[in-house]
Amino acid sequence: MNEKEIIIRLKKIVEPYVQRMEGLKNFREETDFLNDLQINSANLVDVVLDVEDEFNIEIDNDSMEGMLTVGDAKNIIEKKLAN
Amino acid sequence: MEKRVVITGMGVAAPNGVGLNNFEKALKQGQSGIRFFPELEKLNFSCQIGGKPEISEDLLKEYFTPLQLRGLNSSGIVYGVISGTDAWKDAGLEISENGSPDWDSGIIFGTGILGVDKFREAIHLIDGGKTRRLGSTSVIQTMASGISAYLGGILGCGNQVTTNSSACTTGTEALLMGFDRIKAGRAKRMLVGSCADHGPYVWGGFDAMRILPNRYNDDPEKASRPMSETASGFVPGSGAGALVLEDMELAQKRGAKIYAEVLGGEINSGGQRGTGSMTAANNEAVQRCIERALINSNIKSTEIDVINGHLTATSRDSTEIKNWTKALKRKGKDFPFINSLKGMTGHCLSASGSIECVASVLQVEKEFIFGNLNCEEVHPEISELIDPNKIPKEKKQKKINILAKASFGFGDVNAVVLFKKYIV
Repeated sequence: MNEKEIIIRLKKIVEPYVQRMEGLKNFREETDFLNDLQINSANLVDVVLDVEDEFNIEIDNDSMEGMLTVGDAKNIIEKKLAN
Repeated sequence: MEKRVVITGMGVAAPNGVGLNNFEKALKQGQSGIRFFPELEKLNFSCQIGGKPEISEDLLKEYFTPLQLRGLNSSGIVYGVISGTDAWKDAGLEISENGSPDWDSGIIFGTGILGVDKFREAIHLIDGGKTRRLGSTSVIQTMASGISAYLGGILGCGNQVTTNSSACTTGTEALLMGFDRIKAGRAKRMLVGSCADHGPYVWGGFDAMRILPNRYNDDPEKASRPMSETASGFVPGSGAGALVLEDMELAQKRGAKIYAEVLGGEINSGGQRGTGSMTAANNEAVQRCIERALINSNIKSTEIDVINGHLTATSRDSTEIKNWTKALKRKGKDFPFINSLKGMTGHCLSASGSIECVASVLQVEKEFIFGNLNCEEVHPEISELIDPNKIPKEKKQKKINILAKASFGFGDVNAVVLFKKYIV
């Protein structure tokens, strides 16, 4: 799975949680989940669960804490997929 | 001068009608909302029938955002949000998404237990060692105050936002608590009401107590028989009712439609002493509750035109009637008209008080008394106390000036409220 594909699939996952649609139009590695997309911080755990289901991986608590941007999420997913 | 309190909006999700218009139609037509549920048969319930409001997927989308709908598995929240939002809109109030909350508006929205299906989901995950898979919605859908929290966020209320719980008295208690807050000048408007979850995990405990009818699984609409000679237990129900209470001056000033005035009422407990217990009402307390409600509302017992009773269709119905005759000092032909909604909806438990308050206020406003379903043969203990003609079998057109509504609950708790016709 290449980076582009991961980001396309990520975008689909986060979409229901996004409260700032403008942020979604400009969805790239630098996009910050809380600031740019205004996802409710409580919903980040739901995003993580959806990512786990989509990519069939498990994201531990430490990895989740470092998942602030789309790029962070992409890196974690790539790392887990490689394992 | 003390504030006067009026009702300016209502909403309801009842087993026999969702939405105020459908509910009014159902009341007038004597429509039952009791159905057979194959799920209960599969689970070996004695009583395999119940009352559930029918909510379509399309309707849900009108009240919840796609995000709120993800993982939503709390029927009490569904019913409560539908009825509460409807009541707010019915009162002609706007919902503003931005700016400060409405400091003058609060919510008291009760429940008995919330989100049992969601809680069951959580139990399975936790027992399977998958606690981290619960997601973010487990807490907010199962905390008792989830319903007032959902409504508080949707409506943007900035006054007291809370959930009360007093078993089957909950809805009527919520109304009186909201009334007190406005009367004391601490809020100008209160959304009051209550909701009840549906399904086997709520109803099972009652089935185990053998207080539900078990001979009507093939004939569900006949099962709930308040005040009838053949009453054999209450049919479990679910749903929600909501009313917007408002400072009368404010309501008049903004030209709101006024359904009725809340004159006052009383809340008390029998302390589980005397004839009272965890599950039975202390008769002295019930009578005292009715008497004090009259005193607090400054009216005489002879002024009551109609009673909407608690009357669940158990052997306690005749005891309730006896308490009314004693407290009001009226019996036989002198007794007011009386009815019970539970013949149509079953006993909606923590939602019963609020759904029945909505039904009561509709009767006052629209000048009718709905007929008592399944009460062809009045129980002889009741016909000894009051003229059976005071228990209408069919809908009756009647101008009502004052209606008394009572709710009683497990824990030996009581609430009585008096509604008065509002004359412009």
